[in-house]
Amino acid sequence: MAMFRRVAALFRRSHMDREIESELREHMQMRIDDDVAQGMSRKEAERAARLEFGNPTAMRERVSAEDTTLGLDSIVRDVRYALRGFAKSPGFVLVAIATLALGIGANTAVFELLDAVRLRSLPVARPDELAELRIVGGPSFGLTERYYANFTVPMWQEIQRHHDPFAGVFAWQSDGLTLGKNREGRHVSSLEVSGDFFNVLGITPWQGRLIGPQDEASCKAWKAVVSYNFWQSDMGGAPITPETTLAVEGETVRVLGVTPPGFFGMIVGDRFDIAYPMCPGPNPRRDMFMYSVMGRLKPGWDLARASGYLASLSHGLFESTAPTGYSAKQTEHYKSFRLEAVPAGSGISALRERYDASLRLLLAITGLVLLIACANLANLMLARASVRQREIAIRMALGASRGRLVRQMLIESGLLAGIGAGLGVAVAQPLARLLVLSLNTSQYVIQLNVQPDWRVLLFAAGVAALTCVIFGTAPALRSAGADPIAAIRAGERGVVGNRERFSLQRLMVVTQIAVSMVLLVGALLFVRSYRNLVTLNTGVRETGMSIGYFGFERMKIAPENQAAFKRQLIEEIRNAPGVENAAGTTHILMLGGSWTHGVHTDTAEGSSKFTYVSPTFFKTSGIPLLTGRSFTDMDTNNTPYVLIVNQTFIKKFLGRGPAIGVNVRVIPEPDYPARTYEIVGTIPDTKYDDDLRHETPPMAFVPLAQLPPAAERSWVAVMIATSDTAAATNVVRQRIAAKYPEMSMQFEDFQQDLRDNLVGDRMMAMLSGFFGVLAAILVIVGLYGVLSYLLAQRRNEIGIRIALGARRGQVIGLVMRDTAKMLALGVAIGALLAILAGRGASAMLFGLKAWDPLTLGFAVLLLTAVAVGASLLPASRAARLDPAKALRTE
Amino acid sequence: MAKNDLQGALDLLILKTLSQLGSMHGYGVAMHIRQVSGDLLIVEDGSLYPALHRMEQNSWVRVTWAVTEYGRKAKYYALTAAGKKQLAEREKNWQDVAKGVQAILRFA
Repeated sequence: MAMFRRVAALFRRSHMDREIESELREHMQMRIDDDVAQGMSRKEAERAARLEFGNPTAMRERVSAEDTTLGLDSIVRDVRYALRGFAKSPGFVLVAIATLALGIGANTAVFELLDAVRLRSLPVARPDELAELRIVGGPSFGLTERYYANFTVPMWQEIQRHHDPFAGVFAWQSDGLTLGKNREGRHVSSLEVSGDFFNVLGITPWQGRLIGPQDEASCKAWKAVVSYNFWQSDMGGAPITPETTLAVEGETVRVLGVTPPGFFGMIVGDRFDIAYPMCPGPNPRRDMFMYSVMGRLKPGWDLARASGYLASLSHGLFESTAPTGYSAKQTEHYKSFRLEAVPAGSGISALRERYDASLRLLLAITGLVLLIACANLANLMLARASVRQREIAIRMALGASRGRLVRQMLIESGLLAGIGAGLGVAVAQPLARLLVLSLNTSQYVIQLNVQPDWRVLLFAAGVAALTCVIFGTAPALRSAGADPIAAIRAGERGVVGNRERFSLQRLMVVTQIAVSMVLLVGALLFVRSYRNLVTLNTGVRETGMSIGYFGFERMKIAPENQAAFKRQLIEEIRNAPGVENAAGTTHILMLGGSWTHGVHTDTAEGSSKFTYVSPTFFKTSGIPLLTGRSFTDMDTNNTPYVLIVNQTFIKKFLGRGPAIGVNVRVIPEPDYPARTYEIVGTIPDTKYDDDLRHETPPMAFVPLAQLPPAAERSWVAVMIATSDTAAATNVVRQRIAAKYPEMSMQFEDFQQDLRDNLVGDRMMAMLSGFFGVLAAILVIVGLYGVLSYLLAQRRNEIGIRIALGARRGQVIGLVMRDTAKMLALGVAIGALLAILAGRGASAMLFGLKAWDPLTLGFAVLLLTAVAVGASLLPASRAARLDPAKALRTE
Repeated sequence: MAKNDLQGALDLLILKTLSQLGSMHGYGVAMHIRQVSGDLLIVEDGSLYPALHRMEQNSWVRVTWAVTEYGRKAKYYALTAAGKKQLAEREKNWQDVAKGVQAILRFA
């Protein structure tokens, strides 16, 4: 009730004001009447009453302040007043809002991306109950810390039998499939899922039904579930009937149903098209570590308790699932593994692992840019406040309290920040999408749903509030702290302005210079690091290189004939017109794959990367042979096993002794029996990993024809050296397709693939460069503004100096000395901060240190140029000052 | 005593005055307090009106505009039921405080 009356009172404000005023007026009149009745003269009585009563305006304010609704009303008044003030200086408002919108927008965009890959939960029921099972004790057996899919089918079946902490468990892996009767269609991403996958996740079908436990049992007939997006794009959204089928991998697959639109799978940044049931078969392999296992915790179980349960289960589990064919030592290692449960509610993301650090750093960078922008705005507000000093002084003289004035100013900056944040969130949407686009590669398109959710909005609001406090508080406190008498009397006069005010603005310019120094150093480091990566000599021919992947599973070539078929295939590719050379290999360098064997020589043991290549490999890849011989077609499984090794291999296993002729024994693994190879040649070190920052590992090459028969697979990767990759690829594709219609082929450009690997570095270089330039521009604007303002304040002083005979050069020197002082201080602080900050980023850099003196020097040079450029105009304007005019305006 | 910082006391004085006079304008309330207390308690104008306004907001007093005996238009305040209840509470409270203060002063 009272609230209603208060709100109603909002509309009666002027009425109430009048009422209070007339009540107080009557009060004074009654007092005067009384005094007159007691014999005072009317004039004396009026004076006494006024003295007693005090400032009537202040009095009225105090009475209305009692009314809580009027507090609300006065905020509305302040807002209206602020808006009127904005309308009077549209230039200021435009600059302020644009700066804030861009600053907050950039921050929000980066945060939105972080939110999407890191913070948001999977679109499934109660995601916080989901736990992922991890194997502790690796890396070994192809298990890595980095990848999540580490379970074999026997391990999964063991877990399925013992899952007390979980209401349900499921296994899945992500994979790719090719559409079409002859695999001529596009490549789609797929999920292989265990029967309970959708049940445990709590996904309900959009159409038809989803995969259930019954589908696992009947593996013969292919069945699948499609995603909503795929259903719309490739199936036209047609209703699912028992007759609905799809051609996938040359097979006809029954489509059971469609998943709901929001469900993108388990991988953040990816989107599945087709999900099909797992089909383990009677004797699943014990050495194929490829599944991810997750479960939904039962009520009352937490992760710690679940991990405890899993740890107690581990011994038996790894004992019973140990793969055969490994050495005794490795098998022991396997049996010492342990299981644990980790949260899985936000899904799994390679994006997260790859770009988390970059995104955090970017957020810091955009935050710093916003800080510089805030400093600019604060200076603008300060300048505006000193222009409005008279107005404020008059309001104070009329009885406005300091608190009221501060509130008024904070409302002004709050309004600016609010509008800026609103626009910033709008600007952030295309920016975030652009950011995602910049991370796309020719092979992989990131499917990320970047949308503002409550976290993003909260973040933007928080940033806006913070900026408001940063750029609004100092000017507000300052102008409200001014002495009204002095302000009215002095106005804008005075020979030299108030020293103290200047120092606050100087401090802000110094801060800006320091922060932009940090940003510039960062930008230069990332740009140079990217350049180092792009121009790095990897030791392998990159230009004019096509890579073809040839699969001939459907040609049903007997295992004993596969080696010969591969040789023939490579020969045919080599003979195609336009092809300079071609070589087959089991592994393309620097594209992410890796194959390791344990080895020992007479003197040392350890592990080495192994690649099986055809004789032309070194010639095709441009890797020179340092000593010994290359492989020939004579090296087969019927002749002695031979090896070519790189320099790191020699250093690690052979020391200084001669390499040629040394025997290297390979430790057995499933499909790869123990063997002894003889080194016949050596090559220089080349890069191996897809992360070029990594050191070259020991590498050994074996003739493709000496691949152990059990390890033969019906595919081969072929490196094709040519002057025109597109044309050569076409010719090869047509020739091979004509000769082997059942061959599946996929071609890539090697250089493009390598560039794609650097997309994260490219993003950091581009964005940090962009923000570095932005920071420099903001510093130019800030410095220019402050100097112009300071010089306007010092017009009289400079006028007098010129009148007294100061030369133009001396006036310019005066300004420049000022700039130089701020610059020197800012750069010194900035360099220190940059070196400190650089430590955090050094892992992302390549080929240079965070405290690279050349970079620091260049940044200093750049900032000096910026500062001198920004001060020259105000300085020369000051030097051209006409002393007579300057002094006359007084 | 009639200072701002003892707001409770000022409220009590105003409420009591209004209960005695029935209906009165602000000036009358101030004069009444001053006269009855023999010039010992002087309510400052700066405190009186905010207090009256607050009481109006809290519905302790009812407001009417009327003409004074000297022909001026003035805002008259009168206690409501809530105001009477408030007065009773504050009177009791004040007596407790006064007793307490007396006890402290008498302690030797």
